[in-house]
Amino acid sequence: MARFSVRVDVTHRPGILDPQGATIERALPALGWSNVSEVSVGKSIHLTVDADDDASARLQVDEMCRRLLTNPVLEDYGVEIAAVEAAGTA
Amino acid sequence: MSATVGIVVFPGSNCELDVAWAIEQFGGVPRLVFHDEATLDGVDAVVLPGGFAHGDYLRTGAIARFSPVMRPVREFAASGGPVIGICNGFQVLTEAGMLPGALQKNAGLRFLCRTVPLLVETTDTVLTGLAERGSVLEIPINHFEGNYVCDDDTLRRLRDDDRVVVRYARNPNGSLDDIAGICSEGRNVVGLMPHPERACEPVLGSADGVVLIRSLLAAAAGERAAPGTAAAAAQ
Repeated sequence: MARFSVRVDVTHRPGILDPQGATIERALPALGWSNVSEVSVGKSIHLTVDADDDASARLQVDEMCRRLLTNPVLEDYGVEIAAVEAAGTA
Repeated sequence: MSATVGIVVFPGSNCELDVAWAIEQFGGVPRLVFHDEATLDGVDAVVLPGGFAHGDYLRTGAIARFSPVMRPVREFAASGGPVIGICNGFQVLTEAGMLPGALQKNAGLRFLCRTVPLLVETTDTVLTGLAERGSVLEIPINHFEGNYVCDDDTLRRLRDDDRVVVRYARNPNGSLDDIAGICSEGRNVVGLMPHPERACEPVLGSADGVVLIRSLLAAAAGERAAPGTAAAAAQ
């Protein structure tokens, strides 16, 4: 069993209006940034997963994303996985 | 014997007593059903009320769909029983995959709390059986995430199959195709953002929700008489 640090980046699906991104995009020019476009707001979910190996962790996180962490109608996601040293082992 | 309407209470639901009051007012028997119950115990219809189920953490309705009570709700719907999701209840039904699409933040990022005119687009559902097609109902909305979204194929299917139940006469939240409520293929599961239970007394500003509550009770009575035929009875 190994321990993995996981980051899931949830992004707004292209083509679906992103009300938060649109609002930020309208606000930035007021501060002088009129050179900004394509603002989109997502979220980042961090997990620690114990699994046999990287592939198993990836498979499980993928299923978590599909079943709970994201809504496929609105959101896409990307997963980054890194092995971490388990506490108490040399 | 009056129809019994199960009203599902999740942690964070807050419209269950308004729904219960409206059901009782027009001759039904409301029964609160808690999120961790494993059975619906012979109800004739189910309402998922408004609120903030499980705090709406992660996404609206995302956690609520895994509540134990959702299994019997799903089975009841699959057998043709009338299931209505109001506001947060609509969000739960989309997250549970019992209705297509999703509800996202209102365009303009405003929480909207006002009475809006709604067009009745079809009377062939358990919520609109007694209403008149094309009539306009004044019903309150009260939401931050009521902006209906779905893909092109889904929208085409909803339109072709006459499954858009109510539309906003003036779109308040950016909702696709002015959609305020839709129904399932079987027409017995209906989700809508507006709150008919809050429009059942003229003194509260509108009694236009009465026809929807009565339609639901009629469908529930049909379910009582012959389980699984509520959608047909409401026609």
